[in-house]
Amino acid sequence: MKTMEVRLNVNGEPKHWIIAPGDLLLDVLRREGYFGVKRGCESGECGACTVLVDGKPINSCLMFAAKAEGADVLTIEGLARGGVLHPIQEAFLDHGAAQCGFCTPGMILNAKALLDRKPNPTEEEVREVLAGTLCRCTGYRKPVEAVLAAAGRAGRKPAPREATR
Amino acid sequence: MNSQRNVVGKNVWKVDGVKLVTGGPSFTDDIHLPGMLYGKILPSPYAHARIKRIDTRKAKALAGVHAVLTYKDVPRVPHTTAGQAWPEPSPYDTYLLDSKVRFVGDRVAAVAAESRAIAEKALRLIEVEYEVLPAVLDMEQAMAPGAAVIHDEPDSKGIHDAARNIAGYILREIGNVEEGFRESDRIYEREYRTQRQQHCILEPHVTISWLDADGRLVIRSSTQVPYHSRRQVAMILQIPVSRIHVIKPRIGGGFGGKQEMLLEDICGALALAARRPVKIEYTRQEEFYMARTRHPQILKMKIGVKRDGTIVASQLTVLATTGAYGSHSTTVQGNTGSKVLPLYRAPHMRFECHVVYTNAPVAGAFRGYGCPQGFFAQETLVDEIAYDLGMDPVEFHRQNVIRLGDMDLLSAQLGEGKEGLPRHIRSCGLPECLDRGAAAIDWARKRKASGPEGTPPASHLKRGVGMACTMQGSGIAGIDWASAFLKMNEDGSFFLQVGASDVGGGADTVLAQIAAETLGVSLDKIVITSGDTDTTPFDVGAYASSTTIISGGAVKKAAEKVREQVLRMAARMLDTSPDKLACGDNQVSTIGESTRSVTMTQIALHSMYKEKTQIMDGASHFNTDSPPPFCATFAEVEVDTQTGRIRVPHLVTAVDPGTAINPMQAEGQVEGAVTQGLGYALTEELVLDDAGRPVNPNFLDYKIFGAKDMPKLTTILVQTDEPLGPYGAKSISEVPINGPAPAIANAIFHAIGVRFRKLPIRPEDVLRALREKETATDDQCL
Repeated sequence: MKTMEVRLNVNGEPKHWIIAPGDLLLDVLRREGYFGVKRGCESGECGACTVLVDGKPINSCLMFAAKAEGADVLTIEGLARGGVLHPIQEAFLDHGAAQCGFCTPGMILNAKALLDRKPNPTEEEVREVLAGTLCRCTGYRKPVEAVLAAAGRAGRKPAPREATR
Repeated sequence: MNSQRNVVGKNVWKVDGVKLVTGGPSFTDDIHLPGMLYGKILPSPYAHARIKRIDTRKAKALAGVHAVLTYKDVPRVPHTTAGQAWPEPSPYDTYLLDSKVRFVGDRVAAVAAESRAIAEKALRLIEVEYEVLPAVLDMEQAMAPGAAVIHDEPDSKGIHDAARNIAGYILREIGNVEEGFRESDRIYEREYRTQRQQHCILEPHVTISWLDADGRLVIRSSTQVPYHSRRQVAMILQIPVSRIHVIKPRIGGGFGGKQEMLLEDICGALALAARRPVKIEYTRQEEFYMARTRHPQILKMKIGVKRDGTIVASQLTVLATTGAYGSHSTTVQGNTGSKVLPLYRAPHMRFECHVVYTNAPVAGAFRGYGCPQGFFAQETLVDEIAYDLGMDPVEFHRQNVIRLGDMDLLSAQLGEGKEGLPRHIRSCGLPECLDRGAAAIDWARKRKASGPEGTPPASHLKRGVGMACTMQGSGIAGIDWASAFLKMNEDGSFFLQVGASDVGGGADTVLAQIAAETLGVSLDKIVITSGDTDTTPFDVGAYASSTTIISGGAVKKAAEKVREQVLRMAARMLDTSPDKLACGDNQVSTIGESTRSVTMTQIALHSMYKEKTQIMDGASHFNTDSPPPFCATFAEVEVDTQTGRIRVPHLVTAVDPGTAINPMQAEGQVEGAVTQGLGYALTEELVLDDAGRPVNPNFLDYKIFGAKDMPKLTTILVQTDEPLGPYGAKSISEVPINGPAPAIANAIFHAIGVRFRKLPIRPEDVLRALREKETATDDQCL
């Protein structure tokens, strides 16, 4: 089988991959153990395989791994530094925005790309980027709230609520 | 009462949350096994055909292929794929592989190869000669004389009338509906149609199977029913239950789609044949037509009322199709009667249903389990009746709905494929759901301000509001059961082992909260393992809204037993009696003024190293009743009369789940359910062409709601105290899905004066209906 070499950074670490020319970034990342990159549809419709390539959200099922030559790729595994959760990850837990968790990496990475370029987005802008990730569990309200909270827009964490009757 | 609780009723982080938000390897496919092969199924290209000849020699000869299986290579064991308690009430009409195929996508053969590409190539090398048979695609033609017989094999069992393609038949009556209709002042009868909806689970079905070092078959699978799958695979592959180990890791959503033994059998068979690990993973396209769907139904609903609006009699006659196999056929449809009609206190009710086979994708369990269909019919007809009687729909509901202390007798007639048990309403927050839901949507004002009278005639954007009431169950009475086991560790923590299957809804968290509350420890002291048939005790699995009430009941019982042991141990340490002690704050303290205490850690160390005793215990639990959660759904719509576009600006859902063990998670369940309900109402339908082939098996052509499509969601938890549930809990995950379709249909009527009785309601339907209405008015003018 014909192979080729790719050199890139994944989550800040230099990588040297031997791949087939037609390999998709999704497949190579999963093969290399980045299981947070999810396979949901393989046609760029669901967004579960989202990674950031040079800061931009990309459906890794639509990108040849060869095209990542020289790129900085960020997967969900690279977001929590030194065991400390990123504010978006923490907000997702505070707001119950992760249910089954399968679409969560894609949502969080899309949100990160947004907050990196626009620290104080509107709800519309948050919905715009989260529209790139289909979710069948949440109804999107809690993920949107979580991203806004992480951006500091919604302000505080929700106080632990008593069950009210 | 809640103020005394420390963990239950709190919005804690999901116990598995950190690994989910950090992308930790926790799902079925998040492992690499040395030598793992890629399994692939050859789907039937025909809706109905016999395999005259099948030649696998070329496929087997392909380098990298390790197993090719056809019906000739595997045991022929009739079974159902429905993940239900034994003996399953679904017909045994399915085979691991068969010489006949019954829908486009049915299994023809399976291969295991060293890569996906080789597996796909091997499928193309299998030579199949089919005898194409006439197909039955229209459920209304399935029972007609001369229709092709889909299950003509002699060895299937439990089919109601195979020669007429009837998988199941149900007829139940309480009171006497004919008498009830004679007593009625007005009788209304309408027909409704519902579509084939697909679960669209983000994680497609995936199973990895291998032989462990002891030669036992390990099945790691995205399933809601590990224990049922183990039993079914044992039967199908003819190996002892004890030789199978099913592991349910984190699951990327289920919604009923994984209440099926769907890939476990074929993946296990391939692993046994190849003697190597095998993975089978559905593609998105395969997921759409080779997994399961909601049952399409045609419903004839008839209701008789007194002039004052009191419902006297209701009758629901259903024709449903289960597709090519009868998975969940009578039980889903049974629910369409038993969970829907008793919402009203009518003394006379009758439910009749034929479930027929068609050469279509197989229907199965899907959140709501027959109720979305039934409530669409009932709640739109009730709205029509309220209008006709000049009553406000909310008032009409208040007058007629089931209430605290009532007995639902239809459920006694209509259980899980047989007679059931009566439902006694011991908690009911429905009146408050109506009040608070109506207030949240501003019902009284919007009923007047919008609608045909309220909207300026010149505007092409017509606004309306509509509502619906629904209920569900909490576990299957007398059938669903669960068990839990707890043991104490040296550091005062506890291992909680449950067969319950968290499929993403947060069951592990809720069960850990119940254990922590009962033991008086903080949540971090509970380490939960779930859904592993080797290491956790039995549980029927995640379905029928049963986990919180049934598995939670088992956890509470087990924790109470362990608490007794902890208190007895502490009593010996403190030289007092257990009844003078209480657990709390990770310690045991004397009750009263002079407080003395020992920490859980001290108790554990004392128990283990002084008394040489493991503090541990387990318990099983079931209920003989299925307390219904209640729900009131209010929708506001805006209909564009120029384009037919229906927008839902606001959707309010008020739910009575009993006690919400974790209110934040409970809200999440509501919001996810209503989002699927929105799709059911407005966009989702798996369409088949006239040869039975799926037309839209992808997310571009099959539209589910995305973040930008959503209405404003308002979620109201109306908490009640259910005596049969742990800490008063009932259930929540299913009931909210039932309301959006009827509430939206009713709001559309309010907005433009047109009744829609077929789902989904699409812009083209709106335009067509408006045009017809206009023509009818013109005709009248002429």
